[in-house]
Amino acid sequence: MRTAKRTIDSMNFWSGILFGLGAVAFIDEALFHQLLHWHHFYDLSTTSIGLISDGLFHAFSWFATVAALFMVGNLKRRGNWQKKRWFGAYILGAGIFQLYDGIIQHKLMRLHQIRYNVEIFYYDLIWNVIAAIMIVIGVLVLNSEKAKSKKVGESQVASS
Amino acid sequence: MHHHENSFNLLTYIGFIPFIVSIFLYVYAVETSNKKFRDWPFYRIILFIIGNLSIVLAIIGPLAKQSHTHFVYHMYTHLILGMLGPLLIVLSAPMTLLLRSIPIKTARKVSRLLKSKYVQIMSHPILAGILNLGGLWILYTTSLFEMMHHSIMISILVHGHIFLAGYFFTISIVYIDPTPHRTSFLMRSIVLILYMAGHSILSKWIYANPPGGVSKLDAEYGGLTMYYGGDLVDVILIIVLCYQLFHSRTIQAKLSKFYSKLKKPSPRFPQL
Repeated sequence: MRTAKRTIDSMNFWSGILFGLGAVAFIDEALFHQLLHWHHFYDLSTTSIGLISDGLFHAFSWFATVAALFMVGNLKRRGNWQKKRWFGAYILGAGIFQLYDGIIQHKLMRLHQIRYNVEIFYYDLIWNVIAAIMIVIGVLVLNSEKAKSKKVGESQVASS
Repeated sequence: MHHHENSFNLLTYIGFIPFIVSIFLYVYAVETSNKKFRDWPFYRIILFIIGNLSIVLAIIGPLAKQSHTHFVYHMYTHLILGMLGPLLIVLSAPMTLLLRSIPIKTARKVSRLLKSKYVQIMSHPILAGILNLGGLWILYTTSLFEMMHHSIMISILVHGHIFLAGYFFTISIVYIDPTPHRTSFLMRSIVLILYMAGHSILSKWIYANPPGGVSKLDAEYGGLTMYYGGDLVDVILIIVLCYQLFHSRTIQAKLSKFYSKLKKPSPRFPQL
């Protein structure tokens, strides 16, 4: 009973994380590359490790988006989708990727900057603060879900 | 000049023949198969025809002609020839159809060939991925790209390789036709991700380093086309792979086992 519950919890958690990661990568691509044209495809100051990292993350996030949706479909079909846990993990995954993108990829690997010919500091600050806020919200939601399921588990034990 | 155009037209018409023959053979095989087996799905016929026509588009006709002078058109033709075309044809299950429509004795020979060591090695995701991606890296980072435009022989070899490598890579990732030698989903997922990563890294490399005889602006458009076009075709491959994973018997059996241990059975999936 316990392992089965845990497996379902972790499937909800990981599909949320993966979808969050994929969603941020997709929004980054659609909004900042294609619509606003702030991000550059390649600004030639990238380190080669940065190019490899970008390639891997790009591929992984594309794969993760599809795989995560299949996982959700599978959970829903069997009536085991935990909306709150999934949403918490989704925000957490999105925040982690946003932070990685903002600090490691933009700053350390110099893949590209958020925007060009502007005072970049404020853009970086807002970018990473938003990422941190998402991480905090994700952790809070997951914790409250954890506390709730623990409580339910205890009351079940008490009543039986 | 006039003479050259004439010979080009003749070549164009000759180029059509194999594809018309292959579509004809496919439809004929469907007729034969339908006499003995359940009706062959109609969508597969459509996939096969679109697959063949897209390859025709990539090697003869206006798009192919433009691709000799414009790098971005060259990229379109390569996306079609190496990714979309092979995928469409793989999805039309030509090997299954072949095995159904030929005499049993011959079918046995074919299936023995499929089980052979050679096919096993060639259709292993790692080797197929290396042949596919490695070929592209060699094409765009060496002088092969320029040589291809000066020799019709090299051009045919390169295009043949691109199609075959694309085909073998696709059948190594998704199992539509009978596949005696299978590798795990994890292995195929990892290889597919690494392949996609290598593909997008190469597109950025081309963006920054134009291949021989290509202008900077052309290379930039070409790199972008390769990057996003590749994603567009790859997502179909990912969806098919995930679909097969989540509908595989072993995975569903494993999941059912987990769910059956839960106290409350799920409402729509009563325990088996």
